[in-house]
Amino acid sequence: MITSVLVANRGEIARRVFRTCRDLGISTVAVYSDADADSPHVHEADVAVRLPGSAPGETYLRTDLIIDAARRAGADAVHPGYGFLSENAAFARAVIDAGLSWIGPPPESIDSMGSKIRAKQLMSEAGVPVLAELHPDAVTAADLPVLIKASAGGGGRGMRVVRQLADLPREIESAQAEASSAFGDPTVFCEPYLATGHHIEVQVMADAHGTVWAVGERECSIQRRHQKVVEEAPSPLVERIGGMREALFDAARGAAQVIGYTGAGTVEFLADGAGKFFFLEMNTRLQVEHPVTECTTGLDLVALQFDIADGGTLPADPPATRGHSIEVRLYAEDPAADWQPQSGVLHRIAVPGVTAEFAVSASPAGLRLDSGVADGSQIGIHYDPMLAKVISWAPTRTQAALALAGALARSTLHGLTTNRDLLVNVLRHKAFLAGETDTSFFDQHGLDVLAAPLADDAAERLATLAATLSIDAAERAAAKVLGGIPSGWRNVVSQPQWRDLDGPSGARHVRYQLTRAGLEADGFADIDLIAHTPTAVVLTVSGVRHSFDIARYGSTVFVDSSTASVRFEVPDRFTDPADQVAPGSLLAPMPGSVIRVAVSVGDVVTAGQPILWLEAMKMQHQINSPADGTVAELPVSHGQQVDVGAILAVVIPTLAP
Amino acid sequence: MTVLRTAVDRESVEYTANRDALLAKIVELDVEQAHAVAGGGEKNVTRHHKRGKLLARERIELLLDPGSPFLEFSALAAWGSDFTVGASVITGIGVVNGVECMINASDPTIRGGASNPWTLKKVLRANEIALQNRLPVIGIVESGGADLPTQREIFVPGGRMFRDLTRLSAAGIPTIALVFGNSTAGGAYIPGMSDYVVMVKERAKVFLAGPPLVKMATGEESDDESLGGAEMHARQSGLADYFAADEQDAIRIGRQIVGRLNWRKQGPAPKPDPAPPLYDEQDLLGLIPSDLKVPFDPREVIARIVDGSEFDEFKPLYGSSLVTGWAQLHGYPIGILANARGVLFGQEAQKAAQFIQLANKSDTPLLFLQNTTGYMVGKEYEQSGIIKHGALMINAVSNSTVPHLTVTMGASYGAGNYGMCGRAYGPRFLFTWPNAKSSVMGPAQLAGVLSIVARQSAEGRGQPYDEEADVQMRAFVEAQIEEQSLAPAMSGMLYDDGIIDPRDTRTVLGIALSAIHNAPVKGASGYGVFRL
Repeated sequence: MITSVLVANRGEIARRVFRTCRDLGISTVAVYSDADADSPHVHEADVAVRLPGSAPGETYLRTDLIIDAARRAGADAVHPGYGFLSENAAFARAVIDAGLSWIGPPPESIDSMGSKIRAKQLMSEAGVPVLAELHPDAVTAADLPVLIKASAGGGGRGMRVVRQLADLPREIESAQAEASSAFGDPTVFCEPYLATGHHIEVQVMADAHGTVWAVGERECSIQRRHQKVVEEAPSPLVERIGGMREALFDAARGAAQVIGYTGAGTVEFLADGAGKFFFLEMNTRLQVEHPVTECTTGLDLVALQFDIADGGTLPADPPATRGHSIEVRLYAEDPAADWQPQSGVLHRIAVPGVTAEFAVSASPAGLRLDSGVADGSQIGIHYDPMLAKVISWAPTRTQAALALAGALARSTLHGLTTNRDLLVNVLRHKAFLAGETDTSFFDQHGLDVLAAPLADDAAERLATLAATLSIDAAERAAAKVLGGIPSGWRNVVSQPQWRDLDGPSGARHVRYQLTRAGLEADGFADIDLIAHTPTAVVLTVSGVRHSFDIARYGSTVFVDSSTASVRFEVPDRFTDPADQVAPGSLLAPMPGSVIRVAVSVGDVVTAGQPILWLEAMKMQHQINSPADGTVAELPVSHGQQVDVGAILAVVIPTLAP
Repeated sequence: MTVLRTAVDRESVEYTANRDALLAKIVELDVEQAHAVAGGGEKNVTRHHKRGKLLARERIELLLDPGSPFLEFSALAAWGSDFTVGASVITGIGVVNGVECMINASDPTIRGGASNPWTLKKVLRANEIALQNRLPVIGIVESGGADLPTQREIFVPGGRMFRDLTRLSAAGIPTIALVFGNSTAGGAYIPGMSDYVVMVKERAKVFLAGPPLVKMATGEESDDESLGGAEMHARQSGLADYFAADEQDAIRIGRQIVGRLNWRKQGPAPKPDPAPPLYDEQDLLGLIPSDLKVPFDPREVIARIVDGSEFDEFKPLYGSSLVTGWAQLHGYPIGILANARGVLFGQEAQKAAQFIQLANKSDTPLLFLQNTTGYMVGKEYEQSGIIKHGALMINAVSNSTVPHLTVTMGASYGAGNYGMCGRAYGPRFLFTWPNAKSSVMGPAQLAGVLSIVARQSAEGRGQPYDEEADVQMRAFVEAQIEEQSLAPAMSGMLYDDGIIDPRDTRTVLGIALSAIHNAPVKGASGYGVFRL
């Protein structure tokens, strides 16, 4: 019997497993890297063991350290979560060899599915439809476009779409490098690339006594860079096409049976609009998006994992599903800037209306939050920048989508750029609400539309004014002298007060006066100021009252309203000549390490030509020349760690003839 | 604590009429101030901007802490003279990096920022305020020096400008010169006498003699930069302590300097979170009669300027034509003396003398709210010693060492002006409401006195008195005295520190009190001989 579980993972999945442990009366053991020393999962566990270092290779990927931690903390079982060592058969064996219970499938099953190349062969033999596999060397122009995948991969890492044969060698090389770094195995393969399709997956649960459930399907077609962003159950496609669910469930159960699977797993398929589907891979672990299945079935999948690991028996059939559930992954990333991951302090995270955390709410509808972070969490460069999963569950799909969109729009997310506005736009999009989701969703509807800020120009302008007035109030309140005198008071008035703010659409200059008669602000007609404090501003515009909550962290200001959140930076009022940056400087968009430098000082470069590559958050970012010109400075070198804003290179533009 | 009640009737005909009359005066004031703000006019302003320069007021606005107040002085200086209203310079108290500073900025759009006699008066007054109240001085310098046609009135007294700077320095009050342009000849001593000097690259020009004069004097060929450029002074002469890349950089450096002064206010701190008055400041417009002959209850004014409208009256039953009592304003304790029915009698004067001494014992600043027609005249009063009583009050006012603030709410005539701490009695600050008038006596009385004297003189000589000429003379004199007694005329002469909107009184006094408390607040230890 399991009495104490070590979760060999971090963040929200560690907390998710702990939550079930607490329900079942099982003790919890966390492991943590130095970067995670203050993370919620560490505080929440009964005991925690440090894994020195911060890089995954030194910490969460170290089998020896984790087994040792389990032994020292007295754990009798290990749950791997997802990612890291969750699909590492050697780790599973090591756990079992150490006399601990392994919360997962037999190592042999992991082996079978661990190599995507082998898995496809097995499935093909078992009669499950698969896409043709192409050897990288054998790809011809006729095969294009092709998708390069890491054989040992997952989560989209190492994946590349190649549309031109000339690009293939370079992309393969780069995919191999990423695969090697992420999974320790550089093997890649190619598949025909289906530009549009539906990502449908089936949650399976199998006990050691021959019962295999297909618990329900999920659709995760809305992806960015081959990573899922919106996941739901049931699948709108499967709902539309008669008989598809049964065929999918049969294939999924068949896949599990053929490899003697036990525990929780997911069989992933790619389907076309007509319902024809192909096996992609099987994930031999709990999936990130498992909550939508829990919400629609009422099951606690982690509890079932424990039960099966303890030798328990599943009932003959899974429960019937109910309603519709949608999960979004809230990432610290900037969709409008090529999805760049963000790092820094998450000052505040608050999602309104949450009815349950890491669990299914008791009510017939609700909002679930699975979050690995807390107010003040440091989002680092070492791990995935996912902040939280927000899951809604409602009787209908439309209700689930709109409730989730509303909660996200009203959420307080201070500190980092997130994909929140994108998620809200997707959930409220006509096509999404009509169930027209496929893997080309972002391409088809355009990131310019989908990543557009929730605050339109008018809303941003009003938020600028609200930010200005709150800063004004804060400065009056903090003034060392004359703080009680009205803001900007002059006995001889010569000009309005002014303030500069850098908003999402650029620099904003606000001119305003707080007169005896009230607020006067340039460009705002029929506006009244009802109240302004350092944290709240109430304005009426043409008689309509708008309330804003304002939070300041250093020079960053967040203005939240019921419809949108707008972030501003307050630039220094003065420029110190010593801080000036030479024109043509390329600045590091994020902290990371320089993994390749393609040019030397003095080289003539063309606009768009790669200068160097940065690796950050396990992604490689290419830094291109902003203009035709000459490389004048190159202060960084291969292997160097750089901070955000560091000058990477200076390109002196060539003057037009 | 006693909370004042109000009897103001906003629905009354008088209220509306008073309000309309005072609002009209405020509009006139705004028009005059707009002249000062306009500086050298649109053409010069445009040319100045085109050179990439900020206007004097823009420089000040950038220098101040955002949202902090700026109390400008003598905005109507030179009113009624041939010079531009405002006298080509802006002076005032503003907050720089959390420190109340006296800022003066020459306006280079008016004759290159040249100093005329009014400019000099205004700058010297600003320096006096800085010295008395211990306010660091920041000069924003860009001036072509003296206005040569009026050099006779400037040159000799103008030396005080430089003496003031070094005396401020000697008193431990920092002086900072931000040199944005010309500061030559005598003007060179402004940076020369300042504690800290910042010069703007390729703009500052600081030398005793320019290239033409050097050529005439010694035959040497030279140019502006080598004689007095910012870079030369920063690298070679050492006159510039800081070399600013541009105007905004000079202001940035100026703020940085103030931030490092380690400035401590020497007066007691105000009580935190003072309650605002209970009654609306807007009522001040309606309760002040448009006709100065109609008295008003100053408690209605006090109720609208002091914290929580709380006022503990002293000796309310004695000398009731003068209201005295204790209150708090923006957290600072004050004693208030306010004329209630214009005339000062013996009792009022004695009460005032006692009250002033009490304030000095408790180190409490005093606020004089003037609306006085002077000390009572007539046989009965002369015989009962009104001169002695007036002298008591003037003695106490003169030798009192707690800070005094004076606001002329209405009339300020005769020796009442002295007893109620008029300009000559050195209040730290003196402000005037737009409806106020001040002269040796009322214009009608003055014309009448002249008429009686002339009539007596004619009768003495046995000549017939020209009644028609008398009517004309009286009308002329009355009009002339009336005009000279009006607020803009008085303010133009720098007989006050500025005309203020009555509704701003609490704010203005709050800033003034806070500025005052940069210096210690200490009562007097001795007075002149009280003639009892």
